[in-house]
Amino acid sequence: MPLTHETAIALTLIVPFAGMVLIGLSDRHSLIRDIISVATSLLLFSLTFWLLREVEAGEVPELILFDVMPGLSMAFKIEPLGMLFGVVASGLWIVTALYAIGYMRGNKEAHQTRFYMCFALAISASMGIAFAANMFTLFIFYEVLTLSTYPLVAHKQTDGAKRGARTYLGILLGTSIAFQLLAIIWTWVATGTLDFVHGGILSGHLDDSFAPVLLGLYAFGIGKAALMPFHRWLPAAMVAPTPVSALLHAVAVVKAGVFTMLKIGVYIFGIDYLSLTGASDWLMWLAATSIIVASVVAMTKDNLKARLAYSTISQLSYITLAMALASSLGIMGGAMHIPMHAMGKITLFMCAGAIYVATQKTNISDMRGLGRTMPFTYAAFLIGSLSIIGLPPFGGAWSKWYILLGAADTGQLIMIGVLMVSSLLNVAYLLPVVAQGFFLPNPDDPGARSTKGSFRSRIKEAPLLVVLPPCLTAIGCFLLFFYAQDVYNLLIPVAFGPEAAALGPEATLQGVGSELQTAPVMLGGSN
Amino acid sequence: MFEQFMHHLPALQTVIPLMAAPLCMLLGSRKIAWGITVIASSSAFIISCLLLSQVIDGSVISYHLGGWAPPLGIEYRIDAFNAFVLLIVSGIGALIPFYAPASIKDEIPQSLHSYFYTAYLLCLTGLLGVTVTGDAFNVFVFLEVSSLSTYALVAMGAKKDPRALTAAFNYLVMGTIGATFFVLGLGLLYILTGTLNMVDLADKIVLLEDNRTLNVAFAFIFVGLGLKIAMFPMHLWLPNAYAYAPSAVTAFLAATATKVAVYILLRFLFTVFSSKYPFEVQTLEWVVLPLAIMAMFASSIVAIFQTNLKRLLAYSSIAQVGYILLGVTFLNKTGLMATIIHLFNHAVTKGGLFMAVGALVLRYGSANIEDLRGAGKQMPWTMAAFVGGGLSLIGVPLTAGFISKWYLISAAFEANYWLPAILIVASSLLAVIYVWRVVEAAYLQAPVNPDAQIKEAPPMMLASIWILVGASFYFGIDASFTTEAASIAADILLGNVENNAQAMPDAIGGAVSHIPEPLNSISHGQE
Repeated sequence: MPLTHETAIALTLIVPFAGMVLIGLSDRHSLIRDIISVATSLLLFSLTFWLLREVEAGEVPELILFDVMPGLSMAFKIEPLGMLFGVVASGLWIVTALYAIGYMRGNKEAHQTRFYMCFALAISASMGIAFAANMFTLFIFYEVLTLSTYPLVAHKQTDGAKRGARTYLGILLGTSIAFQLLAIIWTWVATGTLDFVHGGILSGHLDDSFAPVLLGLYAFGIGKAALMPFHRWLPAAMVAPTPVSALLHAVAVVKAGVFTMLKIGVYIFGIDYLSLTGASDWLMWLAATSIIVASVVAMTKDNLKARLAYSTISQLSYITLAMALASSLGIMGGAMHIPMHAMGKITLFMCAGAIYVATQKTNISDMRGLGRTMPFTYAAFLIGSLSIIGLPPFGGAWSKWYILLGAADTGQLIMIGVLMVSSLLNVAYLLPVVAQGFFLPNPDDPGARSTKGSFRSRIKEAPLLVVLPPCLTAIGCFLLFFYAQDVYNLLIPVAFGPEAAALGPEATLQGVGSELQTAPVMLGGSN
Repeated sequence: MFEQFMHHLPALQTVIPLMAAPLCMLLGSRKIAWGITVIASSSAFIISCLLLSQVIDGSVISYHLGGWAPPLGIEYRIDAFNAFVLLIVSGIGALIPFYAPASIKDEIPQSLHSYFYTAYLLCLTGLLGVTVTGDAFNVFVFLEVSSLSTYALVAMGAKKDPRALTAAFNYLVMGTIGATFFVLGLGLLYILTGTLNMVDLADKIVLLEDNRTLNVAFAFIFVGLGLKIAMFPMHLWLPNAYAYAPSAVTAFLAATATKVAVYILLRFLFTVFSSKYPFEVQTLEWVVLPLAIMAMFASSIVAIFQTNLKRLLAYSSIAQVGYILLGVTFLNKTGLMATIIHLFNHAVTKGGLFMAVGALVLRYGSANIEDLRGAGKQMPWTMAAFVGGGLSLIGVPLTAGFISKWYLISAAFEANYWLPAILIVASSLLAVIYVWRVVEAAYLQAPVNPDAQIKEAPPMMLASIWILVGASFYFGIDASFTTEAASIAADILLGNVENNAQAMPDAIGGAVSHIPEPLNSISHGQE
């Protein structure tokens, strides 16, 4: 039976869901359960990959399920941005699933079945968010994602975990109900539709002076994008086991947030409408503040996961900033930052988890000298850091490049400054971790500095399933640098409009000027 | 025969439970009484389904009791609105007998069981009668039938907690004051117009111009019904009555009694008086709107601090009445739809929640949140149902509560009431807090007595709980039934549908006229 678009979309939602049920049923057989978990992730990825091929071929897969209320349907329609998020989420689920097995077993965590079930449900919700055809459907899955990740954050059931989970749920559910729902209903009453249409639906239906207010309701309502001052949930969620942090900070939750932010910018407001009304100017400044403040806070954190959390807050605001620039290149940069940052940050988190599994250490000041005993972990951490900082030859370089171009394109010189300062701050809070690991002596084991004993005997890495995934994603960071062209091509209809897609990649950069900007196109041609 | 049966449906709606009630008492045995109750309440449910199917197209059934033509005779008048309310009442009413046996065995002395069923059927009769009748004085009579039997039902909780007696007495005093006010208002209306038939009243009230007696009558009726509805600040009888009544009674009352009172208020506001009556418009804007908002906040905040789960839900009910009334004050179709949809959704949700609490009380012997710690492990199905109901109470997408909130906020936007729209979402965040307190206690805290053998609720109870919780999910996923019915009902209330059915009286027996929407004057009598 040939796979149709409808069934493929339906399956992307059903497969993780079915996986959840099967995981629940195989509660007593941990091996079978873990195999199911990995198998589901593989199956899901092959489905999204198939859909990606279809989207690249210019198809628009659609699935309309049913009307919830008159005029409001549960419907799915895959456009390139959603496709990108879908592939990122399902692809990184595979590594996270592998990693989770190693981590949960290595730490002998309790309630593992509940953990894997919620995990699968969260992925199913992410797929719903990625492929939603209208804001209504997106909102539904947004809330499902919040609720399904709550038990993951509260996993350890200690007082700290409960408090963290309460903050997590309170802020995410609170902002989504208080602001986002209001914004959605306002949009619905004003325009009579919630469909995602390129170029936006608001133009002509909303008084221009209200546009910044509505945008504000959306921007703060999407609590998952962790825009300050609604960022507290992200550090609070650090109490969760590390695979959850990886899921939250790289795969599902935060990416769902910034993805929604981009969707709002491109498909509800439309970048032309945003730049015409200047509705997003204030958001740009807020995002810039968020970037700098979060980076500075990150430097003060000694707990590695907390530092990474603040780094995430800062990096997410890059994407919000990119959207608020309201320029095609900015959108391109913001969208590219989704996979680039995801790949880099998941590497960092999995490394942090690997360090914890091997040594039970969480504070950076205690991690001196560990690089020598855990060379693979630290190498992966280094690569992840470099990608987050935005240095070539790692993926993060391209997304920052395009966001910078977007800022230059709109003449926001201060924003260029902000991005530059932020990169320096990234260096300042990420690289010392690696430097301390490699160059300072290990206080617990001063002799380790000497080179006695073979290389193998000095290594005390975490179990293979914990170390392998971050190494894979580190390689991914490297590969993304060279495959950026494919991502770029995929995203052309989102950033430049559907008609630009027909003209090919070269056309998108005409009129922007500088020959430097054609660099990725030339690079793409060479691989 | 069948024809005959169909024509007498409106009368049978009340006559069957009314006749069955004394049978329960006379036959004495509690098994037989149960059987009779099941048969009577189930047939009432079937009848209401049949009635709704006849009027869902917007037509009206006018049934003349004893063949006496209105306005002199008593008219039973059924349109989409009250048929919808009948469905709510009789639906919950049919479910309670399946839920009750296990619960009342624990909470009510066995010698009183047949009295319980008698009072229950009388209460059901009263509520159905209030809803079905088109005669204002008949409303009062049925209101008293239901109220008196309710006092008895509440007092039956005395075995478990003697405070049920004071709660019942308190309710009796307040309820009687309410009923007295109502009948005083009716008296004034009768003096003014010389009629008690609602449609006839409406015709004659329009002719009265600015008339102080009319305003006083309106005020009396409004306050009287406000007491029955538990409109803030006339709600003081409710928390104790709900907390100390037997669980099955609480579930029934919470789902039906206040809903019927709201129904009759709407009938008076829109059918008897008109939505253009200036005194009414002012009352809605300056009295009901602020009171509704205060109810939403004050009661929700009080609910947060409750230690007893039944009281918590009771205060939540007062807050929900606030939502229901708020929809009316917008004086637009969407607002009325929100009110009517929430009547249904809240009945289903709160009924399910109180039933779940009843099951917890049965097994733990207490409704204190402290004592229910760890219930998530010991009674997983009951607690899962509670969480489902709780989500609907909060208004999470894919639950019925979400649909209500969607319409309510839309209505606020349409009426340009910005502040109420914001307050609606703000107050629903309070619901997150009080629901989550329970969830945390049940799932994340260790059981008080881990060794106690707490069994899951009996299957019949569990099934009834899940029918309601399932319904609260079903009507959140496919809201076409509720929204369509509410849309027609709102049109009828606002007079958008011409339906001045003038039934021709028949010589003997009942007369029924069934008028399709466009045809005003055709009627067919029936022997």
